[in-house]
Amino acid sequence: MDTPKANADIFIVIPAYNEAERIGRVIRGLFEHGWKKIIVVDDGSSDATMMVAREAGALVIRHGSNRGQGASLQTGTELARNLGADVIIHFDGDGQFNASDIAGAVAKLKTEQLDVVLGSRFLDGRSRIPWLKRTILLPVARWINYALTGLKLSDVHNGFRVLSRRASTRICINQDRMAHNTEIPAQIKKYHLAWAEYPVEVIYFEPGQGVAGGLTILWDLFLGTFR
Amino acid sequence: MLIQILLILFFLLAIIKVIRRYQGGDLTRRAAFIWILFWVLAGVVVALPDSTFYLAHMLGVGRGADAIVYIALAGLFFLVFRLMVRVERLTKDITRFVRHEALAEAEKKITEQK
Ligand SMILES: Nc1nc2c(ncn2[C@@H]2O[C@H](COP(=O)(O)OP(=O)(O)O)[C@@H](O)[C@H]2O)c(=O)[nH]1
Ligand SMILES: [Mg+2]
Repeated sequence: MDTPKANADIFIVIPAYNEAERIGRVIRGLFEHGWKKIIVVDDGSSDATMMVAREAGALVIRHGSNRGQGASLQTGTELARNLGADVIIHFDGDGQFNASDIAGAVAKLKTEQLDVVLGSRFLDGRSRIPWLKRTILLPVARWINYALTGLKLSDVHNGFRVLSRRASTRICINQDRMAHNTEIPAQIKKYHLAWAEYPVEVIYFEPGQGVAGGLTILWDLFLGTFR
Repeated sequence: MLIQILLILFFLLAIIKVIRRYQGGDLTRRAAFIWILFWVLAGVVVALPDSTFYLAHMLGVGRGADAIVYIALAGLFFLVFRLMVRVERLTKDITRFVRHEALAEAEKKITEQK
């Protein structure tokens, strides 16, 4: 599974903000797994993210100022599409994902003819999720997400996604920061895209977003309704 | 009282500023009208504090000063809220612009390499 042959039109999009320390390893990991089209969206980083990513062999596109993870994913997705992508994968640049999960997720998209495959860290026992996240933050987020989008997901805050080209043209991320995690399921529902979850590993070495991050997301969604 | 004179002078300045901004094209006619009305009313309230009594009576609030505070608070909430929505819209505009630049730059680089 680790040596996909016909993957010339499969693009990996990595949003990165000040990830110089980790992005190089992530990119090399992807190349080692046979993925060749890697787009890094350097979101106005103040460190050497762009140089490191370029040296590692990725195609780097740079935002002149920090616009947020959602904005970066939209930019990277559009570039991939302009370059002829048939499948687009969203992948974190901080080393929390496992590159060996991609092949299976892409295979699932293709064999089941899905539009979207969403990564979930709750479908197998590999991810050692911190206690607060597992018992409170993510269940609450899951519930809110279901109320807001009508899509029942086991993992609502997971940056691992596989999009068919068709899905990438329908889905348009307007939420520049983190609320795209709610916006994308909402659009999947709205456009009746065929979707499934797929077990992925998430490796923890730092807390990530906490309660404050969750509240910011809700606030962004609220403001988003006034556009 | 001195405070009344100062406040009214301040309101006059505000009105001049509104007119300037209207002439400069920053304000729509409607917005300019509403702002001028607002400052004129504020001037009336400051010059004739008793006038608020009628307002308070109309709203069913005991004292004129209380009525002004309530209305001012509601107005502020409304303004702040509108400001936030507008900032949000501005932020999205910036994103669109930054994205456009980034894509143009990247695609130019790619075609140069070919
Ligand atoms: N483009 C962009 N990427 C970001 C930003 N903040 C975080 N990221 C990237 O998004 C990925 C995941 O970020 P992280 O903060 O770990 O979020 P979490 O793992 O979803 O809680 C990493 O690749 C980060 O570099 C940002 O402001 N802009
Ligand atoms: Mg992370």
